[in-house]
Amino acid sequence: MAEISVVLPSVLQPLAGGQSILTTPADAAVTVGSLLDSVTGTYPVLARRLRDETGALRRYVNIYVNGEEVRRLRGLETEVSAGQEVLIIQSVAGG
Amino acid sequence: MGCMTASESFVLAIGTKKGLWLATSQDRKQWSFSGPHFLMSEIPSIGIDTRDGRTRIMVGVRSEHWGPYVAHSDDLGASWTEPEQGAIKFPEGTDAAVERIWQIYPDAESRPGVVWAGAEPISVWKSTDGGEHFELNRGLWDHPHRSEWGAGYGGAAAHSIVVNPSGDNVHVAMSTGGVYRSLDGGTSWEPRNKGISAYFMPDPNPEFGQCVHKIAADAAVDGRLYAQNHHGVYRTDDNAENWESIAEGLPADFGFVMLTHPRRAGTAWVVPLKADGERIPPDGKLAVHRTDDAGATWKRLDSGLPQSEFNAVLRDAASVDSAEPAGVYFGTRGGAVYASADEGETFAEVASHLPDVLCVRAAVVAGAPITAGFSA
Repeated sequence: MAEISVVLPSVLQPLAGGQSILTTPADAAVTVGSLLDSVTGTYPVLARRLRDETGALRRYVNIYVNGEEVRRLRGLETEVSAGQEVLIIQSVAGG
Repeated sequence: MGCMTASESFVLAIGTKKGLWLATSQDRKQWSFSGPHFLMSEIPSIGIDTRDGRTRIMVGVRSEHWGPYVAHSDDLGASWTEPEQGAIKFPEGTDAAVERIWQIYPDAESRPGVVWAGAEPISVWKSTDGGEHFELNRGLWDHPHRSEWGAGYGGAAAHSIVVNPSGDNVHVAMSTGGVYRSLDGGTSWEPRNKGISAYFMPDPNPEFGQCVHKIAADAAVDGRLYAQNHHGVYRTDDNAENWESIAEGLPADFGFVMLTHPRRAGTAWVVPLKADGERIPPDGKLAVHRTDDAGATWKRLDSGLPQSEFNAVLRDAASVDSAEPAGVYFGTRGGAVYASADEGETFAEVASHLPDVLCVRAAVVAGAPITAGFSA
């Protein structure tokens, strides 16, 4: 079965047992939202770093699919195809 | 706790815009620091819980990137625990998310395990397991006034929680909304702001909507509280039914801090700022002011403070400890922290050049001080 990979920034890797890449099996396209549900299911602290309790993506968390930030696509409804890689990158905001 | 024993020490926790610093001392003069903990996250709230035979430091952490959470340490910061399911989160159906935890308030000695929290958006929370899990106070969240509460510059938050010894009376202060009181332990709430001006509103004496900056209870007089408002310093002697001004004698009636003595009636501290146009210590001269007669008179205290200081002191960036005499601590937005071991008569700078100080808490704790870290 094909997989979808989610690449974590180094600062979040301790919350995923030290892993830099989380994968989930996928035969077909899935939404970014359900992909996050899948890969963070066993890492609830990691899940909260990415999305708040309403399910919204945190303001300065950027997720890239095919090099496009999902807010420019369909947000968490953006579809990811089997075999693709998704990047989570913290925004450069801050002082 | 009125005096120290040989097996006790002091702990000072300093929450800043970019992390937490902890310090311990045996004499409140020499401090050994550790930190930064939670580097690059702001620490707007700290609670030091010395009940149950342990010292638990709880912190409200907020990362601009990764959001807010509550963590705790039972070993003076050597290790931190974040409950896996999250200590504070809005329940389903509220369609709300915690933005910032503004207050962590361990309840009375007689109610070990009970910890209150105030958060943004305006909400009050209660834990019965030492701060590992909080429940939303539905009475306040569902209050019909909620849609009319506003936001101060720092955000819309419940920032002060005061519970009386019996636990029946709970006072919450919010910006902006004013003071709300519960007589049934937090089940139902009513505004109690009579006498507090809201000069910035069309009706300067509304039932609610005041911009209260901090409230604190008199430890020795039941039903007496003090409030530092956005212009105005007040006292109530009847459990917030009526408030009267006690600002006369202060160089400015604006400020954020309100501290009360851990045991003695009538003693409170404020740090006046000039406003609205300046928001600095009056004339750039930083001073704490203390009353020992419930606000009838004020004494200026600036021994050991800098000659010139243009940074503000925020509402939770000040604390007292429970020793005798009581210690007074505060930090500035310029990253300086001052400590007094004699109720404010003399101060010494114990830290400098930290990021903006958001929260300061101090306590007398069991055990010897930690020795790791660096000295200041």
